[in-house]
Amino acid sequence: MGYQWNWDVFLQPSATGDDTYLGWMFAGFKMTIALSLSAWVLALLLGALIGVLRTVPNKMLAGIATAYVELFRNIPLLVQLFIWYFVLPELLPTSIGDAFKQSNPVMQQFLASMICLGLFTSARVAEQVRAGINSLPKGQKNAGLALGFTLPQTYRHVMLPMAFRLVVPPLTSEFLNIFKNSAVCSTIGLLELAAQGRQLVDYTAQPYESFIAVTLAYVAINILVMTLMKKLEDKVRVPGYMGGK
Amino acid sequence: MYEFDWSSIPGALPFLWDGMKISLEITIQAVIFGIVWGTLLAMMRLSSVKPLSWFAAGYVNFFRAIPLVMVLLWFFLIMPKFFEQLLGLPAGTDMRLASAMLGFALFESAYYSEIIRAGIQSVPKGQISAAYAMGMTYNQAMRLVVLPQAFRNMIPLLLTQAIILFQDTSLVYVSALADFFGASYKVGDRDGRLVEMLLFAGAVYFVICFSASQLVKRLQKKYHPA
Amino acid sequence: MIKIANVSKHYGDFKVLTECTTSVSKGEVIVVCGPSGSGKSTLIKCVNGLEPFQSGEITVNGISVGDPKTNLSKLRSHVGMVFQNFELFPHMSINENLVIAQTKVLGRSKDEANEKGMKLLERVGLKAQAAKFPGQLSGGQQQRVAIARALAMDPICMLFDEPTSALDPEMVNEVLDVMTELAKEGMTMMCVTHEMGFAKRVAHRVIFMDQGRIVEDDSKEAFFANPRSERAQQFLAKILHH
Repeated sequence: MGYQWNWDVFLQPSATGDDTYLGWMFAGFKMTIALSLSAWVLALLLGALIGVLRTVPNKMLAGIATAYVELFRNIPLLVQLFIWYFVLPELLPTSIGDAFKQSNPVMQQFLASMICLGLFTSARVAEQVRAGINSLPKGQKNAGLALGFTLPQTYRHVMLPMAFRLVVPPLTSEFLNIFKNSAVCSTIGLLELAAQGRQLVDYTAQPYESFIAVTLAYVAINILVMTLMKKLEDKVRVPGYMGGK
Repeated sequence: MYEFDWSSIPGALPFLWDGMKISLEITIQAVIFGIVWGTLLAMMRLSSVKPLSWFAAGYVNFFRAIPLVMVLLWFFLIMPKFFEQLLGLPAGTDMRLASAMLGFALFESAYYSEIIRAGIQSVPKGQISAAYAMGMTYNQAMRLVVLPQAFRNMIPLLLTQAIILFQDTSLVYVSALADFFGASYKVGDRDGRLVEMLLFAGAVYFVICFSASQLVKRLQKKYHPA
Repeated sequence: MIKIANVSKHYGDFKVLTECTTSVSKGEVIVVCGPSGSGKSTLIKCVNGLEPFQSGEITVNGISVGDPKTNLSKLRSHVGMVFQNFELFPHMSINENLVIAQTKVLGRSKDEANEKGMKLLERVGLKAQAAKFPGQLSGGQQQRVAIARALAMDPICMLFDEPTSALDPEMVNEVLDVMTELAKEGMTMMCVTHEMGFAKRVAHRVIFMDQGRIVEDDSKEAFFANPRSERAQQFLAKILHH
């Protein structure tokens, strides 16, 4: 079909002259990693808190946590992102909103993306944490209480350590999702991996090479994360429990 | 403080409804294709014929490793040219809707296939043994005993995945196709009322997805009273 | 030591316990038996407040369990409990299982708690397993660890909730032996169990429950020689004939 394959294109100096096209891709790669990891920290902290709250006997706290999860689960990620990026700065008190709008545009995009991805994922993490806690035998809570632990102590020493071990495998898939979902942030102009892919297509006129390289970069991230999480799973495995020994 | 002005919404409703029809069309089409192709992939994956099993595993793992946005960009930016040349279409033919549908269908079938595979594997092995013991063939055992139980078990998951898919259709934004979200954005951009239109779009998605997920929950309770 | 007076409990219209009254004095061993669903497990869980009840009163050592002002955690730290499914903490070694509540609840030092734990493990014959995890022990061993864990808190009395019913038959005796020894040392014990041999050998009194009521509450001699209610007779006939 007359397409000229040219893999050397990545080594050519880029249109702006200060870098190669491979350098562009690498910059996008770093942005994707930085965004996903920072959002993941946020998601884990918030998700653990909300997940625990969903299991406590206090009806009001559990209700608030449920509302949080439903809100973030039932609105598309893209819509949430646009609301964080375009809507929230308008609704904040004028001084804060203006300060945000006058800050470095990359910073604005990164901040909105991180909060958006972090909160979106925290709702999913919360669901996994809740499921983990609920899957513990009911007797475990009773055994903790019967030894004289208070309810918070029972969570702290008995239920949570075990629930978190149970939750590692499902969290792996949420961790993978956050890298994939980060590609959505290209829509507000954040120059992460997918956005760099689009730029490469525009600038190099080598669409196949550009997209194949970016796609493979995502596959590589996926494999890397899976390998790391497998290591973690082995590490937290409880002897004599769930196939561990 | 920001002053809300919701007046662009009423006039835009017909346009938004057209967008919603596109969102639903893509969803329904991808669900049907996803379940059919997903079932085939799941059966290949569980098959004892190694090349089939490898192909299915490769397909599913590949599509689950890459972002949906990337798949959609492939189908919007790269593939149309390829198809133009392949099928001899006039240059610039608008293939955005067809591309969107194909992209979603291929992508989602990887996820459906995993749900269906888990569903098949959730049927106890003893059920197949029992079917064999009554003289059934493998095909009969699958069709009459295993698949009916498997599908019954996975109906809630299949529906939940459909709700996720419906949310994901908003990503056709990357192709400037006017689905419900794209239409909302366009109206907001045109009237300088992006804040209101984005909040409105969020609220509509929330009402639809929340109601649908509550229905799924009720269905689940009906079939599996815990 | 334990006083149960007119205790009733219901879920909606369903009555789990109706007007249960009994008591356990210091050093006494009582066995609670009855068909499944008779409310015996619920009753014993009411004693340390794991199950709430709507009316009546339970006091342990003079402290009311149902009183909202009671510090239940403190009360429970003096009342040992052994569960049907052991409920050791799977993510901790055997040793840690014995130490954790001693240090976090009673405030003992690590060394003191360790020493106490090892002594008790030796007593139940499992000192060699201290570094293992619960999932690596047999059911009988796990239940002996669970008893040691409860004893580590220096309880004033012990509650046993069907401690042998999740065990394979060949492991029942190793657990009953530990319980028998405890009883001989004068521990106050309330045991929900179907092990009538244990009841005959060790118990002072036997309580028979049916449909949420205490139907018989008698010395073991009287209970086994001549159960008064028809239900108890049927129950004994069934359970002794296998």
